[in-house]
Amino acid sequence: MCLAVPGRVLAVEERDGTLMAEVDFGGVHKDVCLAYIPDVRVGEYVVVHVGFAIQRLDEQSAIETLANFEKLGILEEEFGDGFALAAKQAGVPHTAAADGTQEGAS
Amino acid sequence: MTDAMSLNGTGNSTGQGASPGGAEPLDFEGWVCPMPLRDSPTIVMGHGGGGAMSGELIDHLFLPAFGDAAAAGDLPDAAVVNVGGGTRLAFSTDSFVVKPMFFPGGSVGELAVNGTINDLAMVGAMPLYLSTAFILSEGTAMSDLGRVANAVGAAARAAGVKLVTGDTKVVDSSSGDGVYINTAGIGVLRDDVDIRPTRASVGDAVLISGDIGLHGVAVMSCREGLEFGTTIESDTAALHGLVEAMIATGADIHVLRDPTRGGVSATLNEIARASAVGMDLVEQHLPIPQMVKDACGLLGLDPLQVANEGKLLAIVPAESADEVLEAMRRHPLGAGAQRIGTCVDEHRGMVVARTGLGGTRVIDLPIGEQLPRIC
Amino acid sequence: MKYLDEFSNPELAKRLIDQIHAVTTRPWAMMEVCGGQTHSIIRHGIDQLLPEGVEMIHGPGCPVCVTPLEIIDKALEIAKRPDVIFCSFGDMLRVPGSSQDLFQIKSEGGDVRVVYSPLDALKLARANPDKQVVFFGIGFETTAPANAMTVYQAQRLGMKNFSLLVSHVLVPPAIAAIMESPTCRVQAFLAAGHVCSVMGTQEYPPLADKYKVPIVVTGFEPLDILEGIRRTVVQLEQGRHELENAYPRAVRDEGNLPAKKMLLDVFEPTDRTWRGIGMIPQSGWKLSEKYRDFDAEERFSVTDMHTDESPLCRSGEVLQGLIKPHECAAFGKQCTPRNPLGATMVSSEGACAAYYAYRRLELVETT
Repeated sequence: MCLAVPGRVLAVEERDGTLMAEVDFGGVHKDVCLAYIPDVRVGEYVVVHVGFAIQRLDEQSAIETLANFEKLGILEEEFGDGFALAAKQAGVPHTAAADGTQEGAS
Repeated sequence: MTDAMSLNGTGNSTGQGASPGGAEPLDFEGWVCPMPLRDSPTIVMGHGGGGAMSGELIDHLFLPAFGDAAAAGDLPDAAVVNVGGGTRLAFSTDSFVVKPMFFPGGSVGELAVNGTINDLAMVGAMPLYLSTAFILSEGTAMSDLGRVANAVGAAARAAGVKLVTGDTKVVDSSSGDGVYINTAGIGVLRDDVDIRPTRASVGDAVLISGDIGLHGVAVMSCREGLEFGTTIESDTAALHGLVEAMIATGADIHVLRDPTRGGVSATLNEIARASAVGMDLVEQHLPIPQMVKDACGLLGLDPLQVANEGKLLAIVPAESADEVLEAMRRHPLGAGAQRIGTCVDEHRGMVVARTGLGGTRVIDLPIGEQLPRIC
Repeated sequence: MKYLDEFSNPELAKRLIDQIHAVTTRPWAMMEVCGGQTHSIIRHGIDQLLPEGVEMIHGPGCPVCVTPLEIIDKALEIAKRPDVIFCSFGDMLRVPGSSQDLFQIKSEGGDVRVVYSPLDALKLARANPDKQVVFFGIGFETTAPANAMTVYQAQRLGMKNFSLLVSHVLVPPAIAAIMESPTCRVQAFLAAGHVCSVMGTQEYPPLADKYKVPIVVTGFEPLDILEGIRRTVVQLEQGRHELENAYPRAVRDEGNLPAKKMLLDVFEPTDRTWRGIGMIPQSGWKLSEKYRDFDAEERFSVTDMHTDESPLCRSGEVLQGLIKPHECAAFGKQCTPRNPLGATMVSSEGACAAYYAYRRLELVETT
């Protein structure tokens, strides 16, 4: 559900008592209703579904998420145990037995 | 499940019995599925979409009705006919009903001229003469008609073809104002050219002359209910000059086709079926401009199903691919030409693409009209 | 598009895929709730790239697919009326009712229009005061705020010629219903990212606890889906069953507060029948008392319809993840996107349509 895409707010204005914005989706412009993100400012990114901004797009978070993906697998050579590495990168405590096997999940 | 319907217009299920002209009842069993919806008593918009439904209308209604009068054949964009004395003519017709009439980059006028010129060019013919028949809705603004007529004249002059005959009719319209144009064209074929949809062979290269999706996006951007701002313009253009340049290389071009209604997807599928070859495309080699991707992303459309009005797909022997590509790129209308795939022995009749992630997906024939979606 | 295209990066996708392989030691079956996620998985061939035992069960998160047949038939009745302009999202036009679809009504002369946003329907109502404009308000929680705002505006402007045919469905009750099913094989869920953009994540920890299933809020681009799967497998391997947010750039725990406030005002929970699945209690929204005047079902008093599903169609089992589309005998034969027997083959998000459009060659060669 739900084809929603991120776009950048170019201009904000009130129309008939509703807050509207012109949003840029990489060169395609569309009018979007901002009633649900009323404090958004020009230059910020929003996630748009059927002509409505339903959430802010957190740029910092996007950048961090991509950076985390970049880091995946890089340190593989240092760790013999791929599972250990993956768990480490997932930020999950890893409790391998000495012989490298893992206690079963439920 | 309903019985096959007759065409007597009353919507009764008769299974057999009267069809117009007393001919044999049509066989609807050949349709993919005898579902109530497919026994539609009326034409729906999808029948004009250029995809599977249009094809079925031709195969299961028109051709059986025409019977012997229809020349046997493989339904090329233009018919090649012998008129004696060793001269081969190409003959084609097309009707243009685009709404809105005016869109970024052009109007129904340019489409009407370039569309038929391209149908002739796609069999390797040099277009010479066009007819123009106008069907006008009562109430159409004179100034609009003037603009369209100017566009028709300008396009014909630019392409070097003569408008030699025509007709005008006015209809009482319920679907608002409009200028509908039918053009028919004739051109002359060189002896050394044999370009038809059945000639694609295993190993052939699949080429496209430039960026995909421009026309469809341009038109959609001004359609009511979907308006969005974009700088994309229709790519409408007459391609016979580009085709000349390609033929001049001496390469044995097997197939040419312009991916109009139904887009690259419909066109490649038709060729794959007609030639009984499979096609393997590489998604990353498809020249889709970022803005087309964005507009399609916004509306939930597939760029491969969007119409193009100034591009051609070419299927050429592998050894000629580089030479033909070079010739295309030297021509202004082929500057963005790319090789996008290969004809293969596997999955004959189907088009498959390798995705960016290394998976594969089948590129299927589009069904009816493309609609924007929310999901 | 910025903040979208980067999440298709093939190099990063490969790393995520490798990671998933590295952490998987046994078979797991997880359900992606949202049809948009199903679409993305099949389109990019993600299911082909996962470890052998990791299975994606396709969920009922396609609002087009689950819109009750009765409501579709009501929509068709209303659309036929000469004084009505019937507006809908493109997705609904080809969904089969008991005997017709909206496309056919249109060709028979009904004024049926495709719009991108419900606000466009409102515009049409203002431009056509002599007509009744009805908007087909389907969707999950993601689309509800848009429909809510439209009705709110209609009331504020005192419009008499606009109404909404409502058929909203909710994700958390669907998850519960799936887990309650005796044939359920689902061990974890990828929650629908954009639903959570609106509603937040707070409804999910109780479900994760009660049914002992990891629930990972997941986006829609290839990297997002792979990351959602990766985190899910890690939890399963670790024996944990928690809520995680793998789509933080668009999802906050609290969701969108102004939207939720509007939803509380405009809608109230109701029992809802999901096409192909059956009645799930309190799994839908209808217009609240305050806005009942704008309910198209009331305004047009469409009486009980006699509905008629195709006996061959197994959409319900597909929607519950009990069978895969190609396991249905009608798949690709009597039932294709051109001749759909059920909604899952019509909707671009439906599992059957996704399988058909992006089908594996192995499936094709045996079909």
